[in-house]
Amino acid sequence: MNALRNYLDKIKPNFEEGGKLHAFHSLFDGLETFAFVPRTTSRVGSVNIHDAIDSKRIMSFVVIALMPALFFGMYNVGYQNALAAGQLEQATFWGMFFYGFLAVLPKIIVSYVVGLGIEFVVAQWKKEEIQEGFLVSGILIPMIVPVTTPLWMLAIAVAFSVILAKEIFGGTGMNIFNPALITRAFLFFSYPSAMTGDSTVWVSQQSILGLGFTAPEAYTAATPLGQAAAEGFNGFDCGTIENAITGLIPGAIGETSVIAIALGAILLLWTGVASWKTMCSVFVGGGLMGWLMQALELSDIEWWHHFVLGGFAFGAVFMATDPVTSARTECGKYVYGLLIGVVAVMVRVLNPGYPEGMMLAILLMNLFAPLIDYCVVDRNISMRAKRANNK
Amino acid sequence: MSLKFINFTPVLGHSIFINHYMTKVIKLRKGLDVNLKGRATRELGQVGCPGEYALVPDDFAGMKPKVVVKEGDQVLVGDALFVDKLHPEVKFTSPVSGVVSLVERGDRRKLLSVRVKPDGEQKAREFGVTEDVKALLLESGLFGFFRSRPYDVVANPEDKPKAVFVSAFNSMPLSQDFEYVLEGQEKEFQAGISALAKLAKVHLGVSSKQTAKALLEAKDCEVTVFDGPAPAGNVGVQINHISPINKGEVVWTLGAEEVIFVGRLLLTGKLDLTRTVALAGSEVVAPKYYKMLVGQKLTTLVEGKLVKADHHQRIIDGNVMTGLKTTAEGFLGAHHTEVNVIPEGDDNAEMLGWIMPRLNEFSTSRSYCSWLFGRKKEYTLDARIKGGERHIIMSGEYDRVFPMDIFAGYLVKAIITGDIDRQEALGIYEVAPEDFAIAEFVDSSKLELQRIVREGLDILRKENA
Repeated sequence: MNALRNYLDKIKPNFEEGGKLHAFHSLFDGLETFAFVPRTTSRVGSVNIHDAIDSKRIMSFVVIALMPALFFGMYNVGYQNALAAGQLEQATFWGMFFYGFLAVLPKIIVSYVVGLGIEFVVAQWKKEEIQEGFLVSGILIPMIVPVTTPLWMLAIAVAFSVILAKEIFGGTGMNIFNPALITRAFLFFSYPSAMTGDSTVWVSQQSILGLGFTAPEAYTAATPLGQAAAEGFNGFDCGTIENAITGLIPGAIGETSVIAIALGAILLLWTGVASWKTMCSVFVGGGLMGWLMQALELSDIEWWHHFVLGGFAFGAVFMATDPVTSARTECGKYVYGLLIGVVAVMVRVLNPGYPEGMMLAILLMNLFAPLIDYCVVDRNISMRAKRANNK
Repeated sequence: MSLKFINFTPVLGHSIFINHYMTKVIKLRKGLDVNLKGRATRELGQVGCPGEYALVPDDFAGMKPKVVVKEGDQVLVGDALFVDKLHPEVKFTSPVSGVVSLVERGDRRKLLSVRVKPDGEQKAREFGVTEDVKALLLESGLFGFFRSRPYDVVANPEDKPKAVFVSAFNSMPLSQDFEYVLEGQEKEFQAGISALAKLAKVHLGVSSKQTAKALLEAKDCEVTVFDGPAPAGNVGVQINHISPINKGEVVWTLGAEEVIFVGRLLLTGKLDLTRTVALAGSEVVAPKYYKMLVGQKLTTLVEGKLVKADHHQRIIDGNVMTGLKTTAEGFLGAHHTEVNVIPEGDDNAEMLGWIMPRLNEFSTSRSYCSWLFGRKKEYTLDARIKGGERHIIMSGEYDRVFPMDIFAGYLVKAIITGDIDRQEALGIYEVAPEDFAIAEFVDSSKLELQRIVREGLDILRKENA
């Protein structure tokens, strides 16, 4: 440990202003602060001691919370592949998991390399430290796309969202829209056939490095939500609900298992990284709207089925609670979450064009979050103005 | 203390009770108590007489100093060393008698300090006892200790304050216990309060843990009891709950020990700036109290009383949350009631902080383990920032520890963006930098909130002048 510390201290001058490796100083800073807690002490005139929490810790815990869903997603990719090939009996647990691992890993690598690469360049250019925000976005992105998404599409979409949804606003903390969702929205509107298409996109059908199976013929497997939407939410087969809870259904890589997402939710709520106010109100809003739709006989499925189908749970737990793009006031969080749930179910049931409404609902509310906060803060402002006038 | 429930006002974020002294008890929920190692015990130590004293103009925020002595001049206790250029009647006077040894200037001839070599006799100027309290305070230099809100700067004698606020307790970690300081000085304290009452209505904020009769039954003032975690002892928090400042209004604030200064002056006709200073912190061998004068050199205070260590130590002139980093060569700041010493931490190589359990670290976040150890555990925290500065990412972090009806995060953003109308609308006139100390401590984005607020207040004051 000390050897590494001494080595870093020895090479550090090269990365400082005037050093020969100055062009890589943000990379060095990034790695140094990753390995060691920064030793900078507080300046005169500011608080002398600090809480141990920092944004690295917060972002790391979100990534940890995503792990159950990611690992389950890998397994499910292998499971769906075996199912498509009709070889479920021959497939082993580890065989399916490693198949999924190999199918998902390139997406994670592409997402991180492209996104972090841009972040490093921007940090270098703006003479700032690397910001950790993309640690989370970079793992979220592969988890919300179909497993068959071509890597080049992913690379373009990541670059688009990091530059145009985040960096031009000023980086992590300043963006209006959730960068991971912008990536998905970009793919969704630019390459619709690769994102929903003819229902062949949800299942990986080629064997990789000898693992997995090649499906004998093009296998179509709509997501249960897609099926439900196509059939107008009538005559929905409730037998798949159990599978939708465990997650053994076709869908985007990380979104299928409600159980795995719940594990992540528990960690996020326990550590206080995500706001329970936002998360719970998304479910309340979705439930209310689902119940209303059922009561109006617009949809046959139970109100709570919306929670377990598609990306509702994943969006509620990991996307809606993004502290930067959600409402920032405590009262605002209730309204924000509630409206996400309402809009998501509304889009699902009432708009036949889009079977999944979660992405659009969150992006729409990202746009309205500042307005919600404005109203909450304005109440405080008018209270103060009134007090001044009444004296 | 038996509490009778009479009113619940969730809008203000506090509930109000009446206790058996018939005083109002305000219960605050927001805030944070950090339990640091090395709290001062109620014991008085001896400190030697140092060779030099200094009065530092920077301790009196918002004032432009004009030196009125030359090096080599003889001064008595209470003789002016410098005055406020804009209000020359506001004098800043010598805490000791002796010879002016140095008028220290920095860049662009900025006055850094005026130093006095003591003659060891403490000959004090006689001010006599007059009815005009304000004139006496101005002449003796005690008026310079008054601060006014808005802006948290030295008070302007021409202002008509709507009230004078005094907080009888400091809720920050490692702070002075005012009840201990008060022992034996009750008469002076009451005389001081009564004198303040001639300037404006006096509000005294008392902690629910304090029991001294001199506080709870103080005359000529309205006593309000505050029950809650830090920063409940901040006078700004108390103002916000008792009588919030509106635009155009001015209130004055004075430290509790400075009320004793006023009392001494009125009872004896002489200035005596002796404080009972707490020397506290994890790097102090036996943390306790010492009698010191304002501006006294810290050498004699800290010498031989710190833990012998091969790591660096940080001596803080003032409180660990709000005080200034200094050295043993520094001087006790005018408003400071304690000197804290903690490890500097710049030689600490801690690996992989983003994932390790870090059991010795304190955090309000449950991603660390402090919640497991309860409130009894005492922490040794060093001066590291423990993270990189970021834009504000998490929401509601400040508001959790900011017990006023102000959106702290939005106010900070308005200050950063220089939007003066919005700062006014969000309540900047009610705050001082120290009110943001706990928020700065918990901030995961590691912004220097106290500095941001100080600079914001200075700019606003210039704009409104």
